Amino acid sequence: MEIKVLGPGCANCHKMEELAQTAVKELGIDAKIEKISDIQEIMKYTLSTPGLVVNGKLRHSGKPLPGIEKVKELIKAEV
Amino acid sequence: MLKTLASYITFDLLDLEHGSRLGAALEFFIYDAIKIFLLLSVIIFVISVIRSYFPPEKTRRILSHKKEFIGNILAALLGIVTPFCSCSAVPLFIGFVEAGVPLGVTFSFLISSPMVNEVAVVLLWGLFGWKIAAIYMGTGLLVALFGGLIIGRLKLEKWVEEYVYTFRSGQAQEVATQAFRERLEYAKLNTADILKKVWLFIIIAIGIGGFIHGYVPQDFLAHYAGKGNPFAVPIAVAVGVPLYSNAAGVIPIVYALMEKGLSTGTVLAFMMAVTALSLPEMIILRKVLKIPLLAVFVCIMAATITAVGYLFNAIL
Repeated sequence: MEIKVLGPGCANCHKMEELAQTAVKELGIDAKIEKISDIQEIMKYTLSTPGLVVNGKLRHSGKPLPGIEKVKELIKAEV
Repeated sequence: MLKTLASYITFDLLDLEHGSRLGAALEFFIYDAIKIFLLLSVIIFVISVIRSYFPPEKTRRILSHKKEFIGNILAALLGIVTPFCSCSAVPLFIGFVEAGVPLGVTFSFLISSPMVNEVAVVLLWGLFGWKIAAIYMGTGLLVALFGGLIIGRLKLEKWVEEYVYTFRSGQAQEVATQAFRERLEYAKLNTADILKKVWLFIIIAIGIGGFIHGYVPQDFLAHYAGKGNPFAVPIAVAVGVPLYSNAAGVIPIVYALMEKGLSTGTVLAFMMAVTALSLPEMIILRKVLKIPLLAVFVCIMAATITAVGYLFNAIL
């Protein structure tokens, strides 16, 4: 599974990355988490950061950040 | 009913003496705090539900290829409900330009979004009454409308960084359409998120009203910066422009200035200058705008905000 965390590097983007890592660990799945900070790359998916892309599909964008349970749900939907 | 609750907490639960200075101050404080937090929770929740229907991608679609004026009005209004934080200003700007949103219309949006929002309006409403809140919102929208219109008319496209025009990111995705239940969930999350961020500022603002009230002479500042001083508004704007704060953060200062006799127009102009423009925001926008355009932007904003300040000092 491929997970991308979109964000130019603000505090919320770091939090999003941590959420994704925790979710993957707790779900016990094999996933590659990639941090995307290039604006052109981010904008292929969304205008509002932070964003979460699972297997090429935008699953979350913007504030407020989802809770850890929600992130797990979003990732599980693609398993 | 809130009054009864506030006086119950003050005089029965905390057992303060009726008529004492501390008791009166605390009663006022508790009443104001409950009132404002109730207002905030309800209104942020309602706006958040509306907001969930307007992700930036949709706003961009609505605004693309709109004519000036109509486009500027729509952009100013959409700025109220479209969620956007300063860290996404660059992708937002590029995305708008790429989709064919005219430069002036994009600016109307960028101006209105941080300045006119539900937090600002509710705080002004709770602390100073609905009239001041309505005036702030109305003039804020006017500043966004005219600021964008003027920038559009000046044809400043050449001062946007060239790479912005060569960007080809294509259609961004949108998170799949949500069920209404999910929108309510989002609204709850957003309300909690905002309240967490602003509660301390609000407590400080109300504290200033409740406790400092009466300890510094009422007209302390009025003497220097009241209606009689023609430089009060430009000075307030000049001080406010580089400062960075959201609407909640500036509220304690606004309350203190208002309490100490600064006229309403001057204070509202100060609040607009702080929320609409800031040094960090300029540094972020510098990535997409060349310095002359940034300078024009700051000057137009400072001028329109100053005009608004004078206008209200004249009629209120």
